[in-house]
Amino acid sequence: MTTKNITGKIEKVSGPLVVAGDMRGANIQDVVRVGPSGLIGEIIELHGDTASVQVYEETSGLKPGDVVTSTGAPLSLLLGPGMLGAIYDGIQRPLDVIQASHGAFIARGAEAPALDEDKKWQFTATREKGSEVTGGDIIGTVQEGPLVHSVMVPPHVSGILISIASGQSTVQDTLGEVKTSSGTHALRLAQRWPIRVPRPVQRKLVPTTPLVTGQRVIDTFFPIAKGGTSAIPGPFGSGKSVAQQQLAKWSDADVIVYIGCGERGNEMTDVLLEFPELTDPKTGESLMKRTILIANTSNMPVAAREASVYTGMTIAEYFRDMGYSVALMADSTSRWAEALREMSGRLEEMPGDEGYPAYLGSRTAQFYERAGIADVLGTPGRQGSLTAIGAVSPPGGDLSEPVTQNTLSVVKVFWGLEERLAYRRHYPAINWLTSYSLYLDQLASYFEEHAGHRWNTLRAEAMSILQQEAALDEIVRLVGLEALSKHEQLVLHIARMIREDYLQQNAYDEVDTFTSLHKQYRMLSLLLTLYTKADSRLREQDFSMQSFLALSVLPEISRSKFIAEHDVDTAFDVLQASIDSAVASLTSQ
Amino acid sequence: MLTEYTTTADVTGPLLIVEHVSGVGYDELVEVEMASGEKRRGKVLEVHNDRAVIQMFEGTSGMNVPETRIRFQGDVLKLAVSNDLLGRTFSGSGAPRDGQAEIIPDEMRDINGSPINPAARAYPNDFIQTGISTIDGMNTLVLGQKLPIFSGSGLPHSKLAAQIARQASVPSSKRQGGIDFAIVFAAMGITFEEAEFFINDFTTRGAMERSVLFINLADDPAVERIATPRMALTAAEYLAYTKHMHVLVIMTDMTKYAEALREVSSARKEVPGRRGYPGYLYSDLATLYERAGRIQGEQGSITQLPILSMPEDDKTHPIPDLTGYITEGQIVLARDLHQRGIYPPVQVLGSLSRLMPKGIGEGKTREDHSGVANQLFASYARGQEVRELATILGEGSLTDTDKKYLEFVQRFEKEFVQQGVDENRTIEDTLAIGWRLLSILPKNELKRVKVEYIEKYAD
Repeated sequence: MTTKNITGKIEKVSGPLVVAGDMRGANIQDVVRVGPSGLIGEIIELHGDTASVQVYEETSGLKPGDVVTSTGAPLSLLLGPGMLGAIYDGIQRPLDVIQASHGAFIARGAEAPALDEDKKWQFTATREKGSEVTGGDIIGTVQEGPLVHSVMVPPHVSGILISIASGQSTVQDTLGEVKTSSGTHALRLAQRWPIRVPRPVQRKLVPTTPLVTGQRVIDTFFPIAKGGTSAIPGPFGSGKSVAQQQLAKWSDADVIVYIGCGERGNEMTDVLLEFPELTDPKTGESLMKRTILIANTSNMPVAAREASVYTGMTIAEYFRDMGYSVALMADSTSRWAEALREMSGRLEEMPGDEGYPAYLGSRTAQFYERAGIADVLGTPGRQGSLTAIGAVSPPGGDLSEPVTQNTLSVVKVFWGLEERLAYRRHYPAINWLTSYSLYLDQLASYFEEHAGHRWNTLRAEAMSILQQEAALDEIVRLVGLEALSKHEQLVLHIARMIREDYLQQNAYDEVDTFTSLHKQYRMLSLLLTLYTKADSRLREQDFSMQSFLALSVLPEISRSKFIAEHDVDTAFDVLQASIDSAVASLTSQ
Repeated sequence: MLTEYTTTADVTGPLLIVEHVSGVGYDELVEVEMASGEKRRGKVLEVHNDRAVIQMFEGTSGMNVPETRIRFQGDVLKLAVSNDLLGRTFSGSGAPRDGQAEIIPDEMRDINGSPINPAARAYPNDFIQTGISTIDGMNTLVLGQKLPIFSGSGLPHSKLAAQIARQASVPSSKRQGGIDFAIVFAAMGITFEEAEFFINDFTTRGAMERSVLFINLADDPAVERIATPRMALTAAEYLAYTKHMHVLVIMTDMTKYAEALREVSSARKEVPGRRGYPGYLYSDLATLYERAGRIQGEQGSITQLPILSMPEDDKTHPIPDLTGYITEGQIVLARDLHQRGIYPPVQVLGSLSRLMPKGIGEGKTREDHSGVANQLFASYARGQEVRELATILGEGSLTDTDKKYLEFVQRFEKEFVQQGVDENRTIEDTLAIGWRLLSILPKNELKRVKVEYIEKYAD
């Protein structure tokens, strides 16, 4: 393929959309440079000689007649060591570097290399000269913070490794060469990959391991698998962003890609300032060292927002290809869909539902299908997973709108945030009656083995109590609490405890912010032991609800969420043991 | 010498379409001279070869096709900024409105500004004491936050905004000599009387000399409103980041702003989104709201207090809805509280300050603040449920605990929510009222506050 530099002229400018003439021969999705300051754009439509270009920067000042030049290549990322801990905009411009060179405000046309070009990395070759390599083969490694960064042969390259050398190297230096059927291919620490093309894998697998998030309502009731997909829809103020950040902090993934897509600038700042202070329990290093931020805030150019989710996804796939477990959070996919809608409107396409383009559904599905757990390409054989979690911001909290509906038709887990719960400061405000996880069956045996043998039974019991509560609440609203039987009143009290002492979790409390599976198991068994014992006593000997509510063990159970992880077994053994005597003390007074 | 065109093809709504132009840039500023000699300004919304679509800031009334003369200015709309901004009143399009001369500019600034690099932001976490319990205690405002007031017609949002502007102080900086807020006020489509209320309020308490006002009234051209908040924010950015001041920006009424945007959008025959508002309303609002914030290593800050009236008090209407998705919380005013004579009628449970957790606590307000706030929220929510239950089943059917909650909820509204227009409560006052009210409830109901704080602070 020869690179053709096709040059045309602007005919029309309308916001981020530029139409250029004389562009015959340019490819769709080619990156173009627009106008005298060379703004970056991408061809999104071709009609004969004219190309419609979405421009990733502010277009003010562009004039008809200004030059548009195609670079002949699709929008691609530079993937290599140096991405961990970085903050990029939607098209992989490093924002921290741009800040240093251009100041606090993002100037138009600011550019900086995506990876530090001067930094030397210690490369250790693991393959020998003369060996046969194919796409995905690991030829050596670089230590990047706590993570071993594998250097891989790009997916479509294969042949004989004719040279390779360990040593200090920058991302641009040639490490070795592969003799392919069509010539030689230089191997470097970094490789390019177009953002809109999924990186290939050998075969996709069915996920069977949970992504442990430390969030009780998620891990216990609506777990997500490593390689799974999930959506968090919710109206504003229901805690979507806090929930996403909690997942980014505490998920047991190796790498986190966090995409701030059309959201608040301060939220990205929060992550940038807070993550370096937090420690990753797995590596003991700061959380920022496993995190990559893509920040295209709401006031940054709309077209780059559309690209940002693909940029994040491509980076995530790259780490998956090394055999890591990667979690990607996109906050919020609604803003991505709105960017699509805006471009579609300017292209004067026939609108679908609520003005969104007709291809919204297929684009959404394509995006989430890039998640998964897979045997990745190359040797040594390895598995990598990519979990995708997308926040959705339905207008007015109405879940029937197109973005939510298109998302729910592809994802397997639904965490439905509710304003009513947020109102009562029940956080995370995930509704336990409407949310679901389709991974429950696939993950059941993992939980049984690793969390506790009665995990699935306890989960089902607790869920049934919560469901009974919803039904009983209706009755109470009509005829009052007194009309219920003692058993039903007990169910209500236990349900309230499950809600307040188990489901509610304080993201801002040092201990409560994360709960291990083991502690979740102990907490849940404690609550359900209390229920079972009190309930069976009720059948033998009547007692009053006042005496139940006065039990001194109840406030202790409430506070059990604040028991530090290293004290869990001792503390819960004591609590568990006190339940028998507590229940025995129940009287009818 | 600028080329002058008389090639107007169409005048439609606020738009002017000119043909046979050359060298016209997108977003460029345009000066239009009418047959009467009156000059108006506009900007280029779209160029297609030799055809330009111009949005007129002051509307198109009185224009005709053959005699209108159009001059493209070769630059975007800019605002003259200097220290002399303070104490001045401008029209919605930036012309002096107080009879004084144009200011001598230090600098000309593009009113669209540039986005703050997320990597350069500092996280807002300095407590602003507004003296209003429902805000300070439960929905704390911090320096650099954007916290809108969701209101409705007939609710006292102006009174509340003026009270906040009057009382706002930053206790943490008092120790280093204290700061004064500069106030930038942007009026969009509000009535003369509402605008006068603010002007009077600023004047009578001597705040005028540290205020800048941009006034677009209800009878001013609607399209001008699109530029008004941008002018105000450009002035605010100059004061905050060049003059290192803390700036409080009050923008009212955002609903009228969005309606002007809709007017332009429909004149351009764009595909409408919800309720006829353009699909890019979210992005457009974000370019205003996101100009609030703090920057690392920079003294000054921009705190925004946008006011919007919710049509029919409907929070799911696109304007409050999209605003809520961008801003860091919201203060919601409730009609039922207002009708019961409670001022400020802040609907505590529906309001939220996202930046509160990091702006309060030891060293900022007080160690027990977060616990007290959480407990008040939870108890008030429970109390309201009890009140509902009591209306259905009668008070007699309530348990003893529930009766306490009922008492709590009544007194909470009378003592905590309600306060005088000039009553400036310190955060200690607010917390003390909170503890007094919590002491109505049985101690074992107070699950959200740490036991040691109950012992230390409860009466």
